[in-house]
Amino acid sequence: MTSTIHDIGYRHYDGPRLGRAYVLRSLFVHNLRAAFGLGRPIKSKVMPFLLFGAMLLPAVGSVAALALTKEPGALIRYSAYAVFLQPLVAIFLAAQSPVIASREMRFNVVPLYFSRPLGRFDYVLAKYGAFATALFILLATPVTLLYAGALATREPRQPNPGEAPPPQLPGIGEHTVHYLEGLAGCVLFALVLGGLGLVVAAFTPRRGFGVASVIAVYLVSLTVVTIVQGIAESQSKYTISGWAGLFTPFYLVDGVQVRLFGAETSTPQPPPGPFGGVVFAAACAALIVAAVGILYARFRKAGLR
Amino acid sequence: MPIIATQGLTMRFPGVTALDALTVSVEPGVVGLVGANGAGKSTLIKILLGLLPPTSGQAAVLGLDIVRDGGRIRERVGYMPEHDCLPPDMPATEFVVHMARMSGLPATAARERAADTLRHVGLYEERYRPIGGYSTGMRQRVKLAQALVHDPQLVFLDEPTNGLDPAGRDEMLGLIRRIGAEFGISVLVTSHLLGELERICDHVVIIDGGRLLRSQAVASFTEASGVLVVEVDEGTEKLGMRLAQTGLRVRPEGRFLLVDIAGESTFDAIRDAVAEMDLCLIRMEQRRHHIEEVFTT
Repeated sequence: MTSTIHDIGYRHYDGPRLGRAYVLRSLFVHNLRAAFGLGRPIKSKVMPFLLFGAMLLPAVGSVAALALTKEPGALIRYSAYAVFLQPLVAIFLAAQSPVIASREMRFNVVPLYFSRPLGRFDYVLAKYGAFATALFILLATPVTLLYAGALATREPRQPNPGEAPPPQLPGIGEHTVHYLEGLAGCVLFALVLGGLGLVVAAFTPRRGFGVASVIAVYLVSLTVVTIVQGIAESQSKYTISGWAGLFTPFYLVDGVQVRLFGAETSTPQPPPGPFGGVVFAAACAALIVAAVGILYARFRKAGLR
Repeated sequence: MPIIATQGLTMRFPGVTALDALTVSVEPGVVGLVGANGAGKSTLIKILLGLLPPTSGQAAVLGLDIVRDGGRIRERVGYMPEHDCLPPDMPATEFVVHMARMSGLPATAARERAADTLRHVGLYEERYRPIGGYSTGMRQRVKLAQALVHDPQLVFLDEPTNGLDPAGRDEMLGLIRRIGAEFGISVLVTSHLLGELERICDHVVIIDGGRLLRSQAVASFTEASGVLVVEVDEGTEKLGMRLAQTGLRVRPEGRFLLVDIAGESTFDAIRDAVAEMDLCLIRMEQRRHHIEEVFTT
C-alpha cells in the first residue's frame, strides 16, 4: 500500500459550535499561557521563568532558616512577601504587561477576535483575568511554600540547660488564618498591579516602550511617595505619611491588608485607622473598575482598524 | 435569499461621508466589491460584520439584521482584513487553531479544521514555523485560512491580492474562485483592480465615494458591444477613408479601425472593401465590453 495523501476535497464542518463560556475559557487559558511564554519560542519563556524562580528563592531560604533555627521570626510574613520583593514583581509586571495588553494591538490581531462572536467586554475580561491570575501564581506560590514550610516545622527547639524555654511556634490554626489573609492580599495585589500594568502597556504599543513606561510608573510613584513620607515623618505628621501610601500600588494594597485583613504593616506608615482602610480599599476597587473601562475603550478602538 | 442586502445605508464620520445611502442586494456566489481607495469598501465590510453601527439605514447579512443579530452574523461569516493581522511569534498552525476556538470549535475539531484549511490554502510544512519568517504570499494564505477555519457560509475578503506578485495573485484568485465554486462558500471580495474581479466574480458591485455606481452580473458587463475591430496588414488609413465614404462610422485606434455596426451589411461592406483594395485582412471581431469602461464613460 502506498502512502499517498489523497485530496478528499473540502469538507464542511457540522459539529458543535460551543458558546460564550467555552470561548471565554479558551481565551483566558491562551493569555495565561502567553503571560509565561508558553506556546511561544524559548526566548519568550526566559524572563517570566527567571523571575518566577527568583521569587521563590527567599521563601526557600526562609523555610530552611526556620527548619534549622526553629525561630518563629525566621519565617517571612505572608502579607509582607509581595512588598519585600516588589522590585521583582514590578519587573515581571513590566516585562509581561505588553505581552498581554499591546502585542495583539501592535500586530492588529484584535479585529480578528471582534469579527467572531466574542464580545469586546469578554475579550477584556479574559485578558485581565488571565494576567491577574498569572500575577497571583507568581505571588501566591512562594507564600504557599512558606505555609508548607511552617506546617512541616512543628517541633520547638530544645532549650539549652539553664536557658529560658524557647519561643513557641504559632499553632496550625493561627498559621492557616494568616495564610488565607496572605492569599487574599495576593489576590488584591494581582488585581491592582495587573490593572495598572495592562492600562499603561495598552497605551504604548511598542513593546520596549511598554516595559519602560510600566517600570517608570512604578518607580516614579514609589519615589514620590517615599519623599513625601520622609518629609511628613520628619515633621511628625504621621497621618499625612499614612495617606501618602494611597499613591503607590504596593503601599495602597498593603494599607488594605493592614487595616482590613489585620496584617502587620510592611510599609513606612499604614493609613490611619479603619477609615483609612476603607478609603484604600475603595481606591483599589476604583482602580480595578477604571482599568476594565479603559481597556474596554482602548480595545474597542483597536478592533475597528 | 440575498446574502447581503442594504437599504439606504449611510455612514458619516466627522468630516467624511464614507457611505451615502447605499442600497444594494447580492445573491450567493462570488461577489466583487470594487472602488477606488477610500470609496468605502472597508467601511461597508465593518458595518456588515456589525462592528460599526451605521449612521442611518439598514442592512442584513444572510438574512440577519446587522444591528440586532451582529453576534449571529459573526458566527456564520469569516473575515480577512486588508492589513497585516498576524502575531509574528506564533506558528501558523497554533494561530489558526486558536482562531477556530475563538469561533467556538471544540479543541479536537479546531485542530482538524486548522490542518485541513491550511492545506486547502496551500501551506504545508512551513505552518509549524513562526509566522514572522513568512513571505507576503504565505501570510495572505494564513489570513485566508483563519477566515475559513470555522466553515463560514460567507467570507469577506478585503483586498486579498494586495502586495502579491503576479504568480501569487493568480494563485490567490484561483483559490477565491475555488472557495465559491468547490467549497460552496459565498465570497464578498474587494479590490481596486477591476480586471482581477472580472476573472473570478459572478457579480460585481461598484461603489464610488460611498455611492452605488453599478451592481450587476459580470456577464452583462462584458457582453458584446456594437463595435467591430478591424485589423489589416497595411493600408489601414486608406481602408478607413474608403469605409467612411460608404457611410460607415469609422475611427482609428492604434493599428486598428473601430467600425460601428450598422447592421448585417456592415460586415459585407468591410469584406468587399478589403477585397477590392487587395488588402490583407488579419482580424475582424466584435469587441466585448470591459468592466473598466464603467469608469471611463
